[in-house]
Amino acid sequence: MRMDLIQPFINSTDAVLAQGLGSPISIENLSMEEEAYRRKGIAAEVILMGEIEGRIIFDADLGASLQLASRLAGVEVSETDEDLVREAVLELANQIIGNAITTLNDQGFHFHVRPPTLHTSEQGSKSSEDTEALVMCFNTSSGNVFMNVALRHHCRQAVEHTAIAG
Amino acid sequence: MEKFAPVKRSEDGQPVRYLIVDDSVFARKNLARMVETFGGQVVGEAGDGVSAISEYERLTPDIVLMDITMPQMEGIEAAEKIVRDHPSARIVMVSSVGYQENIVAALQRGARHFVQKPVKPEVLYEVIKYVMRDDGVTVRSAGAGA
Repeated sequence: MRMDLIQPFINSTDAVLAQGLGSPISIENLSMEEEAYRRKGIAAEVILMGEIEGRIIFDADLGASLQLASRLAGVEVSETDEDLVREAVLELANQIIGNAITTLNDQGFHFHVRPPTLHTSEQGSKSSEDTEALVMCFNTSSGNVFMNVALRHHCRQAVEHTAIAG
Repeated sequence: MEKFAPVKRSEDGQPVRYLIVDDSVFARKNLARMVETFGGQVVGEAGDGVSAISEYERLTPDIVLMDITMPQMEGIEAAEKIVRDHPSARIVMVSSVGYQENIVAALQRGARHFVQKPVKPEVLYEVIKYVMRDDGVTVRSAGAGA
């Protein structure tokens, strides 16, 4: 997988979570996965279409979800406020992925994105050879947050784009 | 949250009236909390572009804070339709997707400004003052920090 497609997601996760939590975060683990994704907590999925295609899953364990929702809502959020916690995770996914997409678009990659949806199944679809996923685990003061990125760059379109531009 | 000097309408000294449009309830509540610290009043909320247009017609707010990526009708299209019928509408796009092409499209279709999520209160506050221009006045009071 191309690292130039991944780096914006690392940067935006770092920036958005650090701002949201008011404390620094670090990458605890980074691995390539071809197995189907197993959800860790409350997860949101974003689908990309166009020159870059694939999906990104933003997944926060329950403790992290509660802390993030509380921080962002400005009030103590408990496990019983399920809707609020889900909304918080969706909005964070929207912000993190949106910021990364902004960077990629400004670098010349053109694609569209659908609004984030809750990733409810315990296990996602298996990654193919083209879309093996990079799984990043971010350690925050509130718990662990995972980002599963499976993207494919359409080289043919990119070549055509370059040819037209040139 | 940081303390801001209230921004009022210069014509009558009343709070600036906001319509907040975002498909995320959480984002709407967050923005509402923020504009209330600016002394504003949230008069309505909408979760998509179609509702935003009808709510604008019904409420004629001073400022619309509008997300871009939404179901049914996206924010840029909704902004264009509102401004076409109400050229003086003040629409501020608030989105996590802030690439140049998107910003230019929003401004060309009538939006007054763009704020990228996650929204920093101090940034939105300055944008509100800028967008209100002579129609807004900052009320300085004891203890106001901004």
